[in-house]
Amino acid sequence: MNFDFSDDQKFLRDEARKFLEAQCTSAHVRAVLDDDDVSHNDEVWQKILEMGWLGAAIPEEFGGLGLGMLELCVIAEELGRVLAPVPFGSSAYFFAEAIKLAGTDEQKAEFLPKVADGSIVGCLATTEGPGALSASSVQTTAKDGTLSGTKVPVTDGDIATHAVVLAKEGSGTGLYIVALDQDGISRNALKTIEPTRSHAEIKLDGATGARLGHESGNGMTVLDQVMNRAAVLLAFEQLGGASRCLEMATEYAKERHAFGRPIGGNQAIKHKLADIYVKNEVARSNAYYGAWALSTDAAELPEAAAAARVAASEAFWFASKENIQTHGGMGFTWEVDCHLYYRRAKLLAVQAGSPAVWKEKLVSALEAKNAA
Amino acid sequence: MDFTDTTEEAAFRAEANAFLNQHLEPKKAAAIRSGRRDDYLKRAKDWQKVKAENQFAQITWPKEIGGRGGSPMQQVIWNQEESKFDAPIGPFAIGLGMCVPTVIAFGSDEHKKRYVQKALFGEEIWCQLFSEPAAGSDVAGLKTKAVKDGDDWVINGQKVWTSGAHYSDYGILLVRTDPDVPKHKGLTMFIVDMKQEGVDVRPIHQASGGSEFNEVYFTDVRIPDSDRLGEPGMGWKVALVTLMNERLAVGGSPGPDWAEIMDYARSSGSMSDQAFRAKLADWYVAAQGYKLTKFRTQTALSKGETPGPENSIGKVITANHLQDICNSAIEMQDHYGIISDKDHAPADAIFQESFMWAPGLRIAGGTDEILKNIIAERVLGLPQDVRVDKDKPFSAF
Repeated sequence: MNFDFSDDQKFLRDEARKFLEAQCTSAHVRAVLDDDDVSHNDEVWQKILEMGWLGAAIPEEFGGLGLGMLELCVIAEELGRVLAPVPFGSSAYFFAEAIKLAGTDEQKAEFLPKVADGSIVGCLATTEGPGALSASSVQTTAKDGTLSGTKVPVTDGDIATHAVVLAKEGSGTGLYIVALDQDGISRNALKTIEPTRSHAEIKLDGATGARLGHESGNGMTVLDQVMNRAAVLLAFEQLGGASRCLEMATEYAKERHAFGRPIGGNQAIKHKLADIYVKNEVARSNAYYGAWALSTDAAELPEAAAAARVAASEAFWFASKENIQTHGGMGFTWEVDCHLYYRRAKLLAVQAGSPAVWKEKLVSALEAKNAA
Repeated sequence: MDFTDTTEEAAFRAEANAFLNQHLEPKKAAAIRSGRRDDYLKRAKDWQKVKAENQFAQITWPKEIGGRGGSPMQQVIWNQEESKFDAPIGPFAIGLGMCVPTVIAFGSDEHKKRYVQKALFGEEIWCQLFSEPAAGSDVAGLKTKAVKDGDDWVINGQKVWTSGAHYSDYGILLVRTDPDVPKHKGLTMFIVDMKQEGVDVRPIHQASGGSEFNEVYFTDVRIPDSDRLGEPGMGWKVALVTLMNERLAVGGSPGPDWAEIMDYARSSGSMSDQAFRAKLADWYVAAQGYKLTKFRTQTALSKGETPGPENSIGKVITANHLQDICNSAIEMQDHYGIISDKDHAPADAIFQESFMWAPGLRIAGGTDEILKNIIAERVLGLPQDVRVDKDKPFSAF
């Protein structure tokens, strides 16, 4: 039994934490929050690129560090703690994992080294409107490598240079790599509840794209597998954010005095914070299991990823809202960081399918297993 | 990350499993607290003897006192393997898990010689006498008093929620010896002979219908001073050692889990209910959260580290989880769900039985509220609750 990260991975975590606490402060996040014309913090982004983290899970033959998925999980948790206002997840969890999983040899050779060194930024473009994503809800079409339709919202869609786009083809769907600087593409930035991560509407009007190396019509199946991989990584970001919320609330509850003593001496606050702790531990244990399944390509990945995502979404949501509540009126001011976590928690909970979607995936996986 | 045993762990697991296979039947259905056979106590004593003779009774105890001299990880492995079999271990859990370790820590050489081996080999059973009608979560507020009379102490008062008192031979008894000092400072611990005159054991008729716990009345019971554990007034420190062992012993909540309610839902056509499916996902996540957190604890043990406070979350999760699952299973059955007659109720009425057990599980071994206080104070470092009686004599209240 060794259900923990290795000493090397813990060293990476400690180093990443030190680095990010110095290089990605609240002021860096707020520089993006307070300026509508800024999509991400490029200073932070350039420093992260120098660290080589984009290539942590990209094999050395494709220009990455070739560390592995567990190392990427460790980095994701640390990025989540500091609310890194950069397109890391879009490029590393979604775009790169899609290509690693289903790209042709040529696509891997062309794109993965550029993701690793930051010369391109990838994203995933699937959503077209309200409601859960399904094969029948996709209106964007792909025919003979030409795509038309509208994707909205696309996380980091205005920063990215390339997207993996889900489109209808024949009676099924396909996943296409599309360069976003071509004539057939127009983009405009969207206002969202989470301004420290940019979002765009992307219109494709006869844009050129290349299908990933999957069979025609098989896009949704491949997307499910990409989502399972990304779900584990997102769960670690969520876990990082939820852990930071508990720390903030606990620190404040010890400092803030009311009725002659710290508010953290009252059971209403103590039990609230204990509830956050319990949810965070449940999320951590499920996330670790997801990491194990991801790093070993285990057959259990569908249920492990879904459980990790459900637990992490619940934990971050609960921790972020009760962190505001514990801070009282101060927690509802622009200047205190509580709302930044509340915003990020909601983005991460819906970005790759809402908790309801993942609960359904989880139960379907359990049914499939039980039937087998 | 991996879930495999080390070579040494695998060897010990195989040895334990072979031994268990030789002596016991594999467990069949989900563990339920009721329905034990009449010969349960005798079977428990026999099994304890066999375990002790083969050094499986207390893995981490030193060999000199009959243990195996093994690691905490080996104890975990033994517990995992033993739980797969129909092992009658209930009557010895409290005695060997909590009481006898307290005797070993604070008793005289004579005590250890007299009591440890007999308990280990299943010849004598122990119970723990702390809780009182007016002292549950705040157990240091207990009132049973001991007054010194020559070389004896004379005990009068009442204990409650004493598991197994009706078949116990000895108990560890926490009493008040000085009411004129603050409550934690006036307590003393004793060994008490449960079969002596003046000790009156009466079963409690529980809300669940069964009677696993007792009230114990003490009327002019005499205990020699030589059976005192620790100095007079030091009883609270002694009790903390006992209770620390309880936190390790109490964890999961036996009863139906997500797999059982999923089985029932499949057989009854309820899997198409979207609301049910969402709840099933939550139950799976909670059950996995508990199970995997134990794996993290085991990892720390396996590396020779002291586990962190993660384990304190166990009973908060599982007791509420069990209550919620049983409640939902009954509601799924609609009006029919009230039937607990096993000839009619689905799944041998495990949901109905555990529904009536669940309120007790949320209280026994530390209430939800006390466990959350422990997390808040000891894990998160938040201030203690207001204690208006803290520095005042107990008699002032």
